[in-house]
Amino acid sequence: MGNTINAVIKKYNGDETRLMDILLDIQTELGYISDWTIEQISKALDIPTVEIIQTLSFYHFFHREPKGKYTIYLNDSVVSNFYGKEEVKKVFEEEAGIKFGQVTPDGLIGLFETACIGMSDQEPAALINEQPFPSLTPEKARKIIKMMKEGKSIEDIKGNKYGEGNNSHYLMRSLVNNNIQERGAVIFSDYTPGDAIKKVVKELSSTDIIEEIKKSYLRGRGGAGFPTGLKWEIARKAQGDIKYIFCNADEGEPGTFKDRVILTELPKLVFEGMIIAGYAVGAKYGILYLRNEYRYMREYLEHVLQEMRDDGLLGKFIGGKKGFDFDIRIQCGAGAYVCGEESALIESAEGKRGEPRDRPPFPVESGYLNRPTVVNNVETFCTAVKIILNGAEWYNRMGTKESRGTKVLSVSGDCERPGIYEVEWGFSVNDILRKAGAKTHEVLAVQVGGPSGSCISEKEFNRILAYEDLATGGSLIIIGKKRNLIKDVVLNFQKFFMEESCGSCVPCRVLTVIYKNIIEKIVRGEGRSSDIENLQKWAVFMKNNRCGLGQTATNPTITAIKNFKFIFEESVKNNSENFYSFNENEAVKEYVEIFNKK
Amino acid sequence: MSTFVKFIIDGKICLSEEGKQLIEAAKENDIYIPTLCNYPGIPPKGSCRICTVLINNRPATACTTKVTENMDIKTSTPELEDFRKAVIELLFSEGNHFCPSCERSGNCELQALAYRYKIAVSRFPYFFPERSVESWHPKLIKDHNRCILCKRCIRGIKNNDGKTIFAYGRRGQYLEINIDPETSKNISDELAEQAMNICPVGAILVKERGFITPIGKRKYDYNIIGSEIENQ
Repeated sequence: MGNTINAVIKKYNGDETRLMDILLDIQTELGYISDWTIEQISKALDIPTVEIIQTLSFYHFFHREPKGKYTIYLNDSVVSNFYGKEEVKKVFEEEAGIKFGQVTPDGLIGLFETACIGMSDQEPAALINEQPFPSLTPEKARKIIKMMKEGKSIEDIKGNKYGEGNNSHYLMRSLVNNNIQERGAVIFSDYTPGDAIKKVVKELSSTDIIEEIKKSYLRGRGGAGFPTGLKWEIARKAQGDIKYIFCNADEGEPGTFKDRVILTELPKLVFEGMIIAGYAVGAKYGILYLRNEYRYMREYLEHVLQEMRDDGLLGKFIGGKKGFDFDIRIQCGAGAYVCGEESALIESAEGKRGEPRDRPPFPVESGYLNRPTVVNNVETFCTAVKIILNGAEWYNRMGTKESRGTKVLSVSGDCERPGIYEVEWGFSVNDILRKAGAKTHEVLAVQVGGPSGSCISEKEFNRILAYEDLATGGSLIIIGKKRNLIKDVVLNFQKFFMEESCGSCVPCRVLTVIYKNIIEKIVRGEGRSSDIENLQKWAVFMKNNRCGLGQTATNPTITAIKNFKFIFEESVKNNSENFYSFNENEAVKEYVEIFNKK
Repeated sequence: MSTFVKFIIDGKICLSEEGKQLIEAAKENDIYIPTLCNYPGIPPKGSCRICTVLINNRPATACTTKVTENMDIKTSTPELEDFRKAVIELLFSEGNHFCPSCERSGNCELQALAYRYKIAVSRFPYFFPERSVESWHPKLIKDHNRCILCKRCIRGIKNNDGKTIFAYGRRGQYLEINIDPETSKNISDELAEQAMNICPVGAILVKERGFITPIGKRKYDYNIIGSEIENQ
């Protein structure tokens, strides 16, 4: 054990900023991270144990107790619940003989729940020893546990019905499907890796690239929509000889899974975008921050990076050009939605808890290891490559005035064709519903942009997806009329935010709990109309939280109340504001019974 | 030589050194911006959010903002004051804060702010959480019931080797502050006392000692917190 720990630490040169990797590798080797292990790491890195625990206990995929030879993480997302998660959960519990949150006494199986794992188009899904098992049924769950008891390997349990495209690649062998329903003109159009790099090397300076990206009006695809060209320009001008390019693949917004598909099918396009950004900004290092839920892709992605090095597209003298050096490493997360926020992501990559930083300074001025850092979304890098290849003018012909080009949407929920749609900006929600095969008269609501976005009703289905109208990071969850909006959707989302708050800002840490409790109270049938008023009133305090998570963490509730007030009113209508439900005779009944017996 | 800048707080023209923390710059101009997590001399970490002000009409924490020329700041709008009051109430709802039995009463910044904002009861439901009192440390007691997780001890208290003594554990509603057994083992009495005093509430206590100043002579027994700045 001691040898394993030392070998891992040596691999990372005893660098404490690589604590995430150290912990991840040790957990992979030893199954969990014991107090003894923490002490060994503390000694080897010469940092206090309390600091190691500070990082370790922040991420929900790290375990300080044995988590089972087979560890099942069942997805607790809204769509997973729509499609029978509870039945699957029941079977797992029955067959394993334990409850969720427990490990079998023989240490064989551990059952845990987790927030959205990016498989909303093939639910219910689970991660088992980091391998995704989509489209589960009670029968499949029964078989999985049976095979575990027989001691079968994960590969055996998976079987060989791999998903389409690169999901079947020998280094991935995943059961996941891409479900690309519509290929658009930007991301999923024809592409030959290296063409953009060749063009850059031959004819473009760093300022030419930035000018072209600025002319394209490309805006960040993570959700915030910051102009990409401007971001690159600020980073280029920032002081410092060492700069970094980060690709944010911490796709944690429930209902979003587009980056998973892009990384599966077009990893070279993503990496090429990072390389070009490096050239434009003057950075020589890139980091792909990959959410732990997508760690099953890691080996495959490493292989892709090596291919690019072998082809002269990565490493030294890229495209044969002297001084064009750039290399990329993959940083895995360990389960924390808030790390999708760029400064939290940087903290995490530095081996710390994923707590967002105060701004200013912004990452472009002082980011990873306090150096100028560009953080862009997976889709943003891909789009940038296509703009360099085809020109800003080509790009500007698509989309709307404020939102040029296309957007890759993750569509899930109550529809016939869930999956990935690359569409031009400017489509209405109705258009998407039609494409996805959702029957409009059966749709109650659409959650646009995940829980941090908004829950809209039929009245707004004619609104268009664009920064000037309904801005979105790219997910639509279709909620049918058969669903219980408050219980199945709002409560799930509020629970999600409560669990994912880093806890640093008081309003976020405390109000996320209060919101979840009040929604639960309404679901139990004990809500009052004053509860609804309070939920609406108190959301204003969230605006002063430090990060985007905190600022939007009550959106599931307030947008649902705004657009579906009647549902909330209906669920509290039988409860008066007064405590008239207090019945004195009822309350003292037991006492009277005992008293009368004597 | 440092440069002085002119800025405006609630319409009042103020002067201070350029780049100074806004909360300190305001203090120099006799304007009190309430805070719980800021502490002079240690790096700020806008975590309590109480010092939120409007800068050119956008919310920002005064502890993490540096003053610049012509900055236009609003600090006492009814919305901001209600926000501050709400944050204090949230802290009372979240932890177990029973002032009458607390050693820090009278010197407690949370209690003092509650008086300043005339809080009789929290508008939010109380959690009454089950939390522990840690007493394994030879010199310190860590009362998790009272901890408001402001990070002052984490940021401000290091041992002789400059090593961390306090650190966060877990996240969200389970967030806690832990003491490192190794790095805190040989801390001096002075450092233990410093840790107790840097804490805005009574979450860190020095064993067998507590507070010397008797109740009745404590900082906020008769004076409203912030009045020492406002009544200059």
